[in-house]
Amino acid sequence: MDLAYTTEENSFREEVRKFLQENLSTRLSQKVKLGNRLNKKDMTEWHETLNAKGWLAVNWPKQYGGTGWSAVQKHIFDEECWAAGAPRTVPFGLNMLAPVLMKFGSEEQKAHYLPRILDGTDWWCQGYSEPGAGSDLASLRTSAVREGDHYIVNGQKTWTTLGQYADWIFCLVRTSTEGKRQEGISFLLIDMNTPGVTVRPIILIDGEHEVNEIFFDNVKVPVANLVGEENKGWTYAKYLLTHERTGTANIGNSNAALVKLKQIASEQKKAGKPLSDDPYFAARMAKVEIDLNALKTTNLRILVEADSGAAAGPESSMLKVKGTIIRQELNDLARRALGPYALPFSSEAMEEGYNEEPIGPDYANAIAAKYFNNRKMSIYAGSNEIQREIITKTKLGL
Amino acid sequence: MDFTLNDDRRMLSETLERFLADNYDIEKRHGFAMQEDGFSSDMWQQFAELGIIGAMFDEASGGFGGEGADLMVVFEALGKHLVIEPFLATLLGGTVLSQVDGHKALLEGAISGEAFLALAHGEPSSRYELSTVTTKAKQSADNWEISGDKSVVLGGGSATHLIVSARTSGDADDEAGISCFLVEKTDNVVIRNYSTLDGYGAAEISFEKAKGILIGKEDKGFDLIETAYAAGITAISSEALGTMTVATDLTVEYTKQRKQFGVPIGKFQALQHRMADMLIELEQLRSSIINAAGNLKSERNLREREASGCKYLVGTIGRQIAEESIQIHGGMGMTWEYAVGHFAKHIIMIDHVFGDTDHHLERYIALGRK
Repeated sequence: MDLAYTTEENSFREEVRKFLQENLSTRLSQKVKLGNRLNKKDMTEWHETLNAKGWLAVNWPKQYGGTGWSAVQKHIFDEECWAAGAPRTVPFGLNMLAPVLMKFGSEEQKAHYLPRILDGTDWWCQGYSEPGAGSDLASLRTSAVREGDHYIVNGQKTWTTLGQYADWIFCLVRTSTEGKRQEGISFLLIDMNTPGVTVRPIILIDGEHEVNEIFFDNVKVPVANLVGEENKGWTYAKYLLTHERTGTANIGNSNAALVKLKQIASEQKKAGKPLSDDPYFAARMAKVEIDLNALKTTNLRILVEADSGAAAGPESSMLKVKGTIIRQELNDLARRALGPYALPFSSEAMEEGYNEEPIGPDYANAIAAKYFNNRKMSIYAGSNEIQREIITKTKLGL
Repeated sequence: MDFTLNDDRRMLSETLERFLADNYDIEKRHGFAMQEDGFSSDMWQQFAELGIIGAMFDEASGGFGGEGADLMVVFEALGKHLVIEPFLATLLGGTVLSQVDGHKALLEGAISGEAFLALAHGEPSSRYELSTVTTKAKQSADNWEISGDKSVVLGGGSATHLIVSARTSGDADDEAGISCFLVEKTDNVVIRNYSTLDGYGAAEISFEKAKGILIGKEDKGFDLIETAYAAGITAISSEALGTMTVATDLTVEYTKQRKQFGVPIGKFQALQHRMADMLIELEQLRSSIINAAGNLKSERNLREREASGCKYLVGTIGRQIAEESIQIHGGMGMTWEYAVGHFAKHIIMIDHVFGDTDHHLERYIALGRK
């Protein structure tokens, strides 16, 4: 047992830090740190910066243009990126579709799509959830009916994050209604520019346009866009859900949020003294810090084990549940730390180039909105209740 | 970064687990508790022969372990069987002795199972504060004389050698000015021996001009004690993890057997999700123990912060596991006859050893400001 980073890992951290200092613009990091709105250009800019360095596809093996990093390196990179205020990379192509293509896609599909994910040609979004298929994903009804060299797709997907920017969508579609529900699902790649595809925004409670509904009306999709075998899509989707574990625990994200919380609590005053000196508030901050400190080690234990070839298991469910509880607690504390200045909110102030005097401290505007935005965390990617179901089935044997 | 056990520790773990599985079920444990010393001297000798006592100390001290990971392995296994022999008292006393010169023979005696050590530090009004010592030591012509009261001394009744903290200078709450002494049990030492709620031996001890031999340097005893307590926290946290694991396992098993409304109660989602949360928290606790154990040799502030963070989680997670285990068992969890209640009692009582949840949260915050 050894908790220390190796000399190589420490110098890797230095290298990452130096890269971030030199290549992450203050403009971008300020936006991230203040919780302001990132547009497509911002996200693309950071995507290209990382790709130019060869540090974009941290989870990919080298042969496909990835970094081939160890679990600990990925963890270090994640921590440093969040600490520096780098935008997070858009995960749909990089971390969700790509592993599925590498494992189950044809050679043609790999050769065609993977480089286009790296160079940013294709922006991908995810077509899983439907109005009637949320936690019960296998009840999805969007249908793909084979007609010659094409599937004809009809139906509706929802909660499609950043679908308004997407060129392509990877979808779970129903290709059979026979047998078990899970056995009639296929994994299909659909060009968003195909006639019959319509994107409609869903505005969330913080006023942001982050997710969308996607409608498919007799959309013709070439059979060549099927990944793997017909009716095996459920297996591929499950692989995807357990494959990508680096970010599940939100360690880097929560680290950065804790740093920011401490800063706010030291600047906000209660009875003339810093709020961080208040025993009750200090206790709440300490509790979440202790939890995060433990989860950091849980995360590393699981990642290091995965590096040595252990199969993906219910551990990612544990990381998801605890990681989102911690992140949301940090949102709650940040909101409370502001006191009355959690109340004022200006959507315009979240835009770049906003020049008016802030109401209250400059970091205050986005805090309460972010609290609401992050309520999504315990709902998405398999709600925390679904994660507990997975633990019940796999670990408790009930 | 390496979270695996090396071969020696894996063997230690397997040896101990097998020995306990064969020799230490709950009924036997109840029997051992009824013996004169409050534990089984025979078992203690066997633990010594298996090298389990020596695993708590490094080679320089006559043992063959002494790392945080060794403590984790040993105490997690002990916790799974609610072992009542005086491992913790031996660890505390032995860790004090291992930091100074001149007491190697006594420590070797403890490792071989002949000598019994206890650290008499806490006092009736010190609560959990490590630096609060009012017991006095006065230098006489050829010796030190110790006077004062010590409370809830783990293993104090069965100890052959007492290691006693006493004030040699400074005020009652000062870290400086505390010294450690080796005290023999003479007429000047009055011991009231008892068993704790969860079945472990402890004692109230009064000293009236009892003769003491100085351990280490005068006025420098605090560091010795704090270091021993840091090891103690790693140990008892690991023990708690073992006990909590069994309580959780018993609970999950029970829900598979117990039927109500025509189905095993484990089919009810209201119970399933609570048990899933128990598993999640056990992983959190294991990680926190790894952090404490892995930093036992780190600089003081880091070591103590990790220890306090860990002990805080032992208290909060422990309460969750103990209460849920009883609740999910229903009435059976309340009975003496069924095992889970004994595990729950030990989990909760551990919160009162070396400082509870509130104490360690406050301490964690204070250390963070330094």
